[in-house]
Formats: sequence, C-alpha cells, structure tokens
Amino acid sequence: MSDDDRGYTFDQARWADDDGYVSLLSEAAPGRAEPGDALPDDLTRDELALPDPAEPTVVRHYTRLSALNYGVDAGPYPLGSCTMKYNPAFLEDVAALPEAAVHPDRPDESVQGVLEIQHRLQRALARIGGMDAVTLQPPAGAAGEFTGIEVTKAYHRANGEGETRSEVLVPSSAHGTNFATAAMAGYEVVELPPGDDGRVDIDALAAAVGPETAALMLTNPNTVGLFERDVVEAAELVHDAGGLLYYDGANLNALLGRARPGDMGFDVMHYNVHKTFATPHGGGGPGAGPVGVVSDLAEFLPTPHVRETDDGYERYGPERSVGKVHGFTGNWLVLLKAYAYVARLGDEGLRDTSATAVLNANYLAEQIGLDVPYGPFHHEFAATAGDRDAADLARAMLDHGVHPPTTKWPEFVHEAMLTEPTEAESRRDLDALAAAFDAAAAADDETVANAPERTAARRIDQVGAAREPRLSWQALGDENAGTGD
Amino acid sequence: MRFDYPPERRYRPTHEWLTADEPRRVGVTDFAQDELGDVVFVELPDPGDPLTAGDAFGVVESIKAVSDLYAPVDGEVATINESLFDRPELVNDDPYGEGWMIEVRVDAAGELLSADEYREQVE
Ligand SMILES: Cc1ncc(COP(=O)(O)O)c(C=O)c1O
Repeated sequence: MSDDDRGYTFDQARWADDDGYVSLLSEAAPGRAEPGDALPDDLTRDELALPDPAEPTVVRHYTRLSALNYGVDAGPYPLGSCTMKYNPAFLEDVAALPEAAVHPDRPDESVQGVLEIQHRLQRALARIGGMDAVTLQPPAGAAGEFTGIEVTKAYHRANGEGETRSEVLVPSSAHGTNFATAAMAGYEVVELPPGDDGRVDIDALAAAVGPETAALMLTNPNTVGLFERDVVEAAELVHDAGGLLYYDGANLNALLGRARPGDMGFDVMHYNVHKTFATPHGGGGPGAGPVGVVSDLAEFLPTPHVRETDDGYERYGPERSVGKVHGFTGNWLVLLKAYAYVARLGDEGLRDTSATAVLNANYLAEQIGLDVPYGPFHHEFAATAGDRDAADLARAMLDHGVHPPTTKWPEFVHEAMLTEPTEAESRRDLDALAAAFDAAAAADDETVANAPERTAARRIDQVGAAREPRLSWQALGDENAGTGD
Repeated sequence: MRFDYPPERRYRPTHEWLTADEPRRVGVTDFAQDELGDVVFVELPDPGDPLTAGDAFGVVESIKAVSDLYAPVDGEVATINESLFDRPELVNDDPYGEGWMIEVRVDAAGELLSADEYREQVE
C-alpha cells in the first residue's frame, strides 16, 4: 500500500492520537477506557504495519467484489441437486434478533426460549419426514449422512451384528457423499447399477442384499428427479435381510407435505436445511443437516439432545449416544432460520412449495431444446448436451446472464446438465433460463469453446489450479502481497 | 480416434500396460490418459509393497475423474516413478515412456491381453 491510499479511517484510536480529538462514543459511554489506552503496550505490536487505507477505498473494494459475484439474489441459479433456493429476507431479521444471540454454555433454565424453538423444530422435522426423533446437531447434509450411518452402525452393534453387517448399498446415481459416508464409517461400499428407466434396479438390489447388508442409502426422488417407485419393495427387501434404510434428504423439497420417507419405510434420514428450508449454503458451513430416526434408533442419537420436561425443556444425552458430531445442538442461528421458514409457510405453504418446485422443473424441461431423457420429473431434470461438452455449454450459458446447471453428473446421463429451478422462480425467469439454454445450444463451436466472454473471470485454469494449488495469499508471491508499507 | 499400443507389451482390460522385458514397468495406456483428460495427481504404493493381480495398487486423478490403478501381476513393487508426484502431466504427455508408474518384481502375471485384443476392446 502506498501513502497515496491513506485517508480517513474513522478509527477512534487514530483520531484521538493524531489530532487530540476525544471520541464521542467514549464520552457517551462513561467508564470506557480512553481510546488508544484500550490495550496495554505489551499486547500490541507496531511492527505488524497493518494496511491503513481510506475507509471509502475499502468500502468500494468490497462493493465492487460483491458486484462481480453471482448469487441467487442476482438471478436464477438452477444447480441440480444443490437446490439453490432463494433465502427469504425475513429470515435474516429473525436471525438478527438480539434475543437469539445466546451463548450455548448458558444453563438450560436461562435459555428456555431457545430450547423450546429447537424442540419445536425437532418435532416439525419429525412430522415432515415421518420420523420419531430428530437431532439438530450435524452441521451439513454430509455430516448428517455420517451421523445417520454411525447411528445405524451403533444399532447393529447393539444387536450383536456389528461385525457381520459390513456392507452399505449405494445406487450409482447417488451423490458422492453417500459413498464417502459409508467408507468413512468403515463400511464396504456396494454400488448398485441403475435400471433402464434411471431408477434403482430392484433385481440388482435383491441380488445385492444379504446378511452383510447394514443399510441401503437411497435418494428419493433420485438425482435425476425420478421418484423411486419401487421404494416400498426395496424397503421390504432390505428389512427382510435385517438391514436399515437410509434416506438422503437432499431432494426432500420435491415431497414436502405430500409424501414422507418414514411412510415409505425409511429408518433414518438427514434433512439438508440449506436446500429444503431456504437457509444459506454455507460453503462448507455453518450449515445444518439434522437427522431423523425411527423410535428404535432414537437412543443412539448424538448428545446433547433437547427434550420437554414437566417444567420446560432440557438438554440431555441419549442413553447409548454415538457421541458428538458437532458442538452443542448444532448451528443454532441456521436452525432458527429453518424454524422460522417452516412456521411462516405452515402445512399449506410447504405443500405449495413442493408443487411449485415440481411444476417449475417440468415446465422448464419442456421449454428447452436439448434432449431430456427420462421424465416426467419431480423437482429437477437432467438434460443432455449431446455431442457437446456439458461444461462448455454451461460456460456459454453464463454469457446469457444466468447461472448454468450442475454439469456431467449424474454420470449415467451422457454429458448431463442437471437442472433444478426451485419453486422461487417466476415464469419470466424460467423463460429467461430456457432462452439461455437454447442460445448456448445454438452457438457455434468457436463461441462455445471461448465462452464465457462477459463474466468477471473467464476460463478458469482448472488443471493449473489442481496441479499447483495456491492455497493462501502468501503463495501469490511478492509482487501481489500486501505488505502494509 | 486411433491410439498407439506397443505390440510387445501386455494389457489389462482396465487400461494398464506391462512391459515384456526387464525392468518390468506398469503404466496406463494412451487411450486411458485420453479418457481421463489432464492428470493432476497420482498416488502410488511404496517400494516393497505386495501386488495382487486385479487389486488396486494406486490412484490416478484428473480434472474429470478419480480412478483406481489395477495390478497386472502378482508380485512386489520394486520402485516407483517419483517424478509423477511433481509432474503428473507426464502420464498424458508420454504414457508409455516417462509416464510409467511402477516397476515390479513378477511372481505370476495375471490374465493379460495382447495389444490387438486390447485395441479391439477399447476402439
Ligand atoms: C443428493 C445429495 N446428497 C447429499 C448432499 C450433501 O449435502 P451437504 O452439501 O449439505 O453436505 C448433497 C449436496 O449437494 C446432495 O446433492
């Protein structure tokens, strides 16, 4: 940083030191230390030479960065499977309530309101999923999967079958986290090939289940938006062999208020709060991936858990708990948003959500020119880019002002463009999305190979980034490093 | 697209090759490197590790996919190609030469294909 960048920083200590001003704030708050005296000398380091740019420079920098970014607040964001729902603004108000900012170590009797909301959310999620008990602790869907499979393992162990039940069955259409979860929990992963209709092949399942089966992990509707019609039969097969059924709740948005995993025969499930209940995708966190279980599994849930007592609510450790997967009762403010969302929408609103999400996906699938195998769909569909590269076509869509869909996944759809518009988009936005699909598909090869041309960053060097990852600002080298001088 | 498959080598259906002469080296085929796309990471066993024909001995990762590498023989790892750790692109640039992965001491070869049989399978 050069001296030319220095300017007003509105920093109390600096004003008081340099110009002898006394901060209005410190005068208004009697008893406060004098600005500049706040930290003893032996705790401060002058040699750090922190950058000291003018405040407007900093504000403009961040405002410019935010304008370079594309989010669901800027336009449609139809990433299939990810459910990039618009997050209603009222949720921010709720999460910003001063009453919500409580330390998790406070004694139960002083945070009864918080515990009551957590308990209500546990009950609401249990009702939505057809489960008997719900833990709010896991901090993401993938963490929920891991928790659910650990609970499954604890259950089998308690029945003396911890050793024999060594396999988890996962359809090849499943999200990568399902395979990873099963492997991390120490299971052998058995991959089930898809049937011709894109659904689980019930014969392949029948051949794979056996006394070694700990669980079948299933996503329903599956990752191309198809309802697993044979789910009840699948549940019987697995249950008859003594295994459990795990429901990956990533696609629960399609079923809200209409069908419940518990009624289909699932024993344990996670809810992706940031997908279904409109909280932010945390970029790895903080998020929430509550786990619901049937009553036989409730004693294995993580600790602490919230329950109702005669005179209020309390946190306790379930009898044979698998332990902790995260601190306390999870990411509270995210959970608070989820509760507010459920409470604001109510039964009617949630039913309406799933109907509109399904309608929007099918409308969009009809509008676009690309081939869309399978269907009709629930909340998402996988178009195919045909003999083009799906990722290139997606890059070309960026030049038409929308975010493209998830590409090249699931792998059993050739050059897949997995598209999930969600219920939040208007017909006008869906038409704009369809126009972007068609414009990209109609573009000539050279345009597609060079796209995007109108975005802040163009072709990202993925190979370079993977071969030589630069994971901190220090790796940028001297020419770019801000030294503060 | 036609790829090159040196006729004196032997191949696994899972795209690994094995040289006929000492040092007996193992790598992946031209077809495999093309399917994978730009290789960004290679994970190899340690010298001395036992090998079982048909079992995974390492991992090759590209921008598109992560794939296991399968041993063409029963035996033992003699040495590994450490230059792949810094320059995984050698697998793409020279799959039969500098992109080799391990050298093996062979106890028994698994069931392997000739170059023509392999070509027939992939093309
Ligand atoms: C089908 C499916 N399962 C599981 C997950 C993992 O969830 P999370 O991102 O909350 O960890 C995802 C996330 O995208 C998903 O799409």
